Amino acid sequence: MSVTVSLPSILSRLAGGSRALVANGGTVGEAVSDLTSRFPSLAPRLVDEGGQPYPFVTYYLNDEDIRFAGGFDAAVRDGDELTIVSAVAGG
Amino acid sequence: MTAIAFDAARARTATLPKATATPLPLSCTNCGARFDPDPAAICLNCLGPLAPEYDATRTLPDRDTIAARRPSLWRYREWLPFEGTPSLSPDSGFTPLVEAPALARRLGVARLWVKNDAVSHPTLSFKDRVVSTAINAAHAFGLDVVGCASTGNLANAVAAHAARAGLDAWIFIPFDLEPAKVLGTSIYAPNLVRVRGTYDDVNRLCAQVADSFGWGLVNVNLRAYYGEGSKTMAFEIIEQLGWRLPNAIVAPMAGGALVTKLHRGFREFVDAGLASGELPRIHGAQAAGCAPIVRLVERGGGRIEPEIPSTIARSLAIGNPADGLTAARAITETGGWGAAVSDADVVGGIRLLAETTGVFAETAGGVTTAAALALAKEGRLRAEDEVVLCITGNGLKTLDPLTDVLPPAPVIAPHLRAVAALVEHQLRSHPEPSIVRQREPKPCQ
Repeated sequence: MSVTVSLPSILSRLAGGSRALVANGGTVGEAVSDLTSRFPSLAPRLVDEGGQPYPFVTYYLNDEDIRFAGGFDAAVRDGDELTIVSAVAGG
Repeated sequence: MTAIAFDAARARTATLPKATATPLPLSCTNCGARFDPDPAAICLNCLGPLAPEYDATRTLPDRDTIAARRPSLWRYREWLPFEGTPSLSPDSGFTPLVEAPALARRLGVARLWVKNDAVSHPTLSFKDRVVSTAINAAHAFGLDVVGCASTGNLANAVAAHAARAGLDAWIFIPFDLEPAKVLGTSIYAPNLVRVRGTYDDVNRLCAQVADSFGWGLVNVNLRAYYGEGSKTMAFEIIEQLGWRLPNAIVAPMAGGALVTKLHRGFREFVDAGLASGELPRIHGAQAAGCAPIVRLVERGGGRIEPEIPSTIARSLAIGNPADGLTAARAITETGGWGAAVSDADVVGGIRLLAETTGVFAETAGGVTTAAALALAKEGRLRAEDEVVLCITGNGLKTLDPLTDVLPPAPVIAPHLRAVAALVEHQLRSHPEPSIVRQREPKPCQ
């Protein structure tokens, strides 16, 4: 499966300057692994030492927080959009 | 009379005066990396949250010096994230600390005060504090557009402070917010955008907006400077208690920043020698329909498990609280606890607070008061305790939950006998006349 990954600008400089990248995989975790294998300096920013998302970084598959959909195990489909954003304060 | 078309945005063309303060440098609370002052909230190395870095050798004022300053949050400027004294939003903070003996008796504690940010200047919520610091950071960085993702109170505050400063504002809220909070934002003529989704959806959008447009979104890319304003509530509590600490605090939790910053504020004044003793136990309050931080405290650790909010306490309806982990840590480190209360108890809490203290709070205040009752029942507030309830917003902003709850006022003819009949009815309904008291007529002078 091929998904479009949107990176925050702070990370785009570690991915060749692109804020939207295509990644492949059957799950969110596999798509993230594909990305970090191509841009190794992204790896420590996208996953913690246990291979999981940091608590202050949120991944949205289309419009849904992946924590409601199985986390990195959430299945992806062709054309899905994976958006990575940092946490925002209360309002 | 001729109607005058008024274009508020066009009216904001006055050139802002040069900023009189410089924001402090930043460091990552996760990995410790250091950065120059910047409208950035996340670490380049690990995406962890950034926080201002204070010079540990700076000169700090003593009690008398602070007490002689103007009654605003800037009287604590040495603990706010600027070099120099900012010029915008000079009048927020220093809200009343109201002693409430009747509520103390109801809770079975020694003494109780309400920290009443329901009368905060200018928008009647504690968000005036955080916007005061954030808007000065925006000004110093040369940003001429500010904004926020908001559950309502922050929208009011950003719109009002931006209007006064002459900055343009872009404000994003969930589409179905309470009408008073929408109107209380629109009146200041910002660019107000209603987003089809929850606050967490609005949050995600605003993270992308801040990243794409280069605006100063106060709780997104200015978050490091914004959050520091919350500490002033702790500073004021200490000063208004006569430079001492209470035993316990009960505060509402949405994103978790207030509880986190209260903890830090108390500790900073103890470290500065302005107060002594044990830090108060910090108790966090949430509505049961959105209580990810309370549940984290109850689980004893781990990660925040996000929730889809369902509660009348809209200002606390954040299912994915950014500062949830640090809030839970502040609670457990101080020996506090969390309480999650039902929506019915929220309404009861609003009424109890109003009837015993004269303070009319929004739903978040109902959450706080109901949580205090629950904590007292569990023995987590004790007979010897001196307690402060943090009331963060005004009841006039959230009238809907009360509409069908309060008894209607009787309508009578303008006759004394009609009043006498009502009094008689009241006395029959309440044989112990705590409400109606007959007084001897005073003789004419």
